Amino acid sequence: MVDLNNCEAVLRVPVTEIPDEWFERLSDDEKDSEFVAMQSKTYFEDTWAQFKKNRLALVSLVFLFILILAAVFVPMFSPYTYDGQNLMQRNAASSWQHPFGTDKFGRDIFVRVMYGARISLSVGFAAALLNLIIGVVYGGICGYIGGRFDLILMRVVDILYSVPTLLYVILIMLIFGSNIFSVLLAICVSSWVGMARQVRAQVLSLKEQEFAQAAFVLGASRPRILFKHLIINCMGPIIVNTTLMVPDAIFTEAFLAFVGIGISIPMASWGTMANDARAIIMLYPMQMVWPVLAISLTMLSLHFIGDGLSDALDPRKR
Amino acid sequence: MSSGHYVEISHLDVIYDVTKGIFSPKQLVHAVNDVSFTIDSGETFGLVGESGCGKSSLGRAIVGINKPKSGDILINGQDVTHLHGQSLHAFRQEVQMIFQDPYASLNPRMTIGEILTEPMVIHNLYRSAGEREDRVTELLRTVGLKPDHVRRYPHEFSGGQRQRISIARTLAVNPRFIICDEPISALDVSIQAQIINLLKAIQKERNIAYLFIAHDIGMVKHISNRIGVMYLGHLVEVGNSNDVYFHPLHPYTKALLSAIPISDPDIGKSRKRIILEGEIPSPLNPPAGCPLSTRCPLADSTCREMPKLQKFGSHQVACHHINPSDIA
Amino acid sequence: MDTNNLLEVENLCVDFETDQGLVHAVRDVSFSLKPGEILGIVGESGSGKSVSMYAIMGLLASNGIIRNGKITFDGEDISRNAFPNEKAYLHSMNKIRGNKMAMIFQDPMTFLNPLQTIERQIMEPLLNHTSMTKAQARERALELMVQVGIPSPEKRIRQYPHQFSGGMRQRIIIAIALANNPKLLIADEPTTALDVTIQAQILELIRDLTRKSGTSTIMITHDLGVVACLCDRILIMYGGKLMETGTDREIFYSPNHPYTRGLLSCINNPEAEERELVPIPGSPPDLLKPPMGCPFVDRCEQAMKICKIRMPETSVLSGTHQSSCWLNEALRRQKGGRA
Repeated sequence: MVDLNNCEAVLRVPVTEIPDEWFERLSDDEKDSEFVAMQSKTYFEDTWAQFKKNRLALVSLVFLFILILAAVFVPMFSPYTYDGQNLMQRNAASSWQHPFGTDKFGRDIFVRVMYGARISLSVGFAAALLNLIIGVVYGGICGYIGGRFDLILMRVVDILYSVPTLLYVILIMLIFGSNIFSVLLAICVSSWVGMARQVRAQVLSLKEQEFAQAAFVLGASRPRILFKHLIINCMGPIIVNTTLMVPDAIFTEAFLAFVGIGISIPMASWGTMANDARAIIMLYPMQMVWPVLAISLTMLSLHFIGDGLSDALDPRKR
Repeated sequence: MSSGHYVEISHLDVIYDVTKGIFSPKQLVHAVNDVSFTIDSGETFGLVGESGCGKSSLGRAIVGINKPKSGDILINGQDVTHLHGQSLHAFRQEVQMIFQDPYASLNPRMTIGEILTEPMVIHNLYRSAGEREDRVTELLRTVGLKPDHVRRYPHEFSGGQRQRISIARTLAVNPRFIICDEPISALDVSIQAQIINLLKAIQKERNIAYLFIAHDIGMVKHISNRIGVMYLGHLVEVGNSNDVYFHPLHPYTKALLSAIPISDPDIGKSRKRIILEGEIPSPLNPPAGCPLSTRCPLADSTCREMPKLQKFGSHQVACHHINPSDIA
Repeated sequence: MDTNNLLEVENLCVDFETDQGLVHAVRDVSFSLKPGEILGIVGESGSGKSVSMYAIMGLLASNGIIRNGKITFDGEDISRNAFPNEKAYLHSMNKIRGNKMAMIFQDPMTFLNPLQTIERQIMEPLLNHTSMTKAQARERALELMVQVGIPSPEKRIRQYPHQFSGGMRQRIIIAIALANNPKLLIADEPTTALDVTIQAQILELIRDLTRKSGTSTIMITHDLGVVACLCDRILIMYGGKLMETGTDREIFYSPNHPYTRGLLSCINNPEAEERELVPIPGSPPDLLKPPMGCPFVDRCEQAMKICKIRMPETSVLSGTHQSSCWLNEALRRQKGGRA
């Protein structure tokens, strides 16, 4: 190999003074003709590097992480429970014992907000997961098979989408009763449609790409082409869409709870807490502030994360 | 039915429906129009033509990406246009394809190792993981890449390197016939020759037949035993590559050859070119009769009738105006 | 320095800022162009041929930086450093572009506005840079369309770009470029996207029109055939550096640089007898970490130790022929120039 330590002398001198031994032929081993240019970065590393650049998204991610930890552990270790009433301490203001104060039954609002976070976040993530599965499979199959099959299935989707969500909610409540699963079902019935449409559009264009055709010519089965070649290449939009689905679902749940549909007392979700506080908002406005603050901050941070992800996963930015 | 040729394509038609919307009038593109030719085992057949002439549609019809409207494709005497199940699976091992765009033909989410192992997984070749790894290493060596590249992703490679990975992928199933759909047109000049020579070396070693589709007749001549020239869906001239190249008979082949910029300043600057006037007609609305009649310097009223592919010396040409003195 | 030169470029260096780091796209490139000359710049993708031209025209993407270099055009210093600020630079380049300096691109559709008629687009440079009235500009536009060979110009001038084929669009671009009789025409791969028979038409057109009007032309291409048929003088670029420059006959009949020789041996020459293609092994260099020495070292059959670490100085082979290769120095030593 060429000795690079010794080369300073050769770089500075006039051409005629370069020693003759530098004019010896290089052997093939000393050349590096088949090098591979860039350093290897996996998809995940690359996305994370891009995501980290967005401060707001990073702060939001930290916030969400803390919220999830708090939702899991605060109700476990707190001396209070979500339904433990203490009639001696009704409507108390913030204090060391009760950081967010207590409600009209003397229940600790901090614990109730954290307990509500469990409900709201699980509804949000469960809805997003269901959307992901149904939307990706439906959209993927529609886009891949195409033709008349696609045309009919997409019209079904259009019809589902054209019925107002509230109508589904009322129907589902009538049949299954007012509980958390009905809420989940109601949210999912129409919201996977967006995901399905997006995946279908992506798959429709990806299946014309040469790597998909190469897989076809190699004899790959249809599920293999669909999942290993097509859907894996639209992971970017799918992840972003799923992330943005979480706040949508949380908000829908809160909205339904606020109008009195959904989980039943004494369980708490942010929506029911806001509803409870509504009656006494003129007397104890802080009781309204805490659940609403929780809803807003969670929504905002999830939106920021979604934004950050969509930038980080955007193929045009690399 | 079989005439002993390895591949036999007869009266093949490929038609696309490009109608926009449900209520518009039907619009059909006759991409491949009554094309017949044969390829022998271990031979390279070059298919040349400009964009929209149907050469790629033809290649895609052979591997089943497009369904032909009519006509037969016989490979080893077996019609491959209506295969199912086991025989289709076997056909996929026998016939492979290399694509034009090295940036689109490799799945960006798979490592090189995964890309090269996939065909073996699909066809259940080399059962053990160790054997498959050995085979991947061997394939990478064949195409001149290093075995330690297996964990890299396609975007880390240059265009020429990717095209070599594509070639390795097709070789993974030990095909006997490879359709090369413009495999060099997206590459730099110094890389094109690499790929051509690699394909030739592979052919010599494994006796694979190629259908080499390209628009650069100069490069096609270098790899092909025989050349077919296509224009607007029709095969207008077929012959041995040197005959077609040095003694073209069809006016379109002549124009195509004289349009190549020659890399020799003295000849290039002084040479008289046959320049075809005007543009290639839209395939949606092709001229009646001979497809070249709108641009051909020899066109007259006889050209309103479609000429048949006829034998002239060692060529087959579809033209009413063959000058007997041209025939070598 | 020759004051008769229309364009003079000295020590041009261009970098691009990317996520992976600085890409050194053009490194220390110098050349000149005489009035009426057709200069071909040949190189593969990533050789820096287009980037250097875009730097001259002031059309670099926002992450491109001109590190160094003096550009003199028509006796005027138009390097970025010659202007006090970005605004003054852009303002003066806008006055030059489309007027004294014009360009043709590979893909006509990136240049044509799909929502405007051809008439407006051909008239635009005329109205912007001259004192012509609308009627005069229209007259000139029709004249240009006849010159570039568009049939029935009266009718077609009112049409939109999508109603033209690829070859016709390229003719329109040429008409727009030539509208103000520019002194310099820069053509960036104008025929790469076209079919061979259409390419032949367009090349013929460019040659006839520039010869007639005495316009100097810079032809950027990867196709040696195109330069052989069109150009008087040729620059060969590789890995952001200038490898060899000479007249067409010098480059094609007595190439000096191993890269030039390699390029010529891996293309097909239709008139020559049957021979094997000899490819250049390996792949182009990584411009993020360019080699210290000659960029071609890892693919060169005749590479020497010195090539790894030091870029060769330019050897003058004749008044017009220069090459940057250490082999010339090695040859001189062999002949006994020095012990």
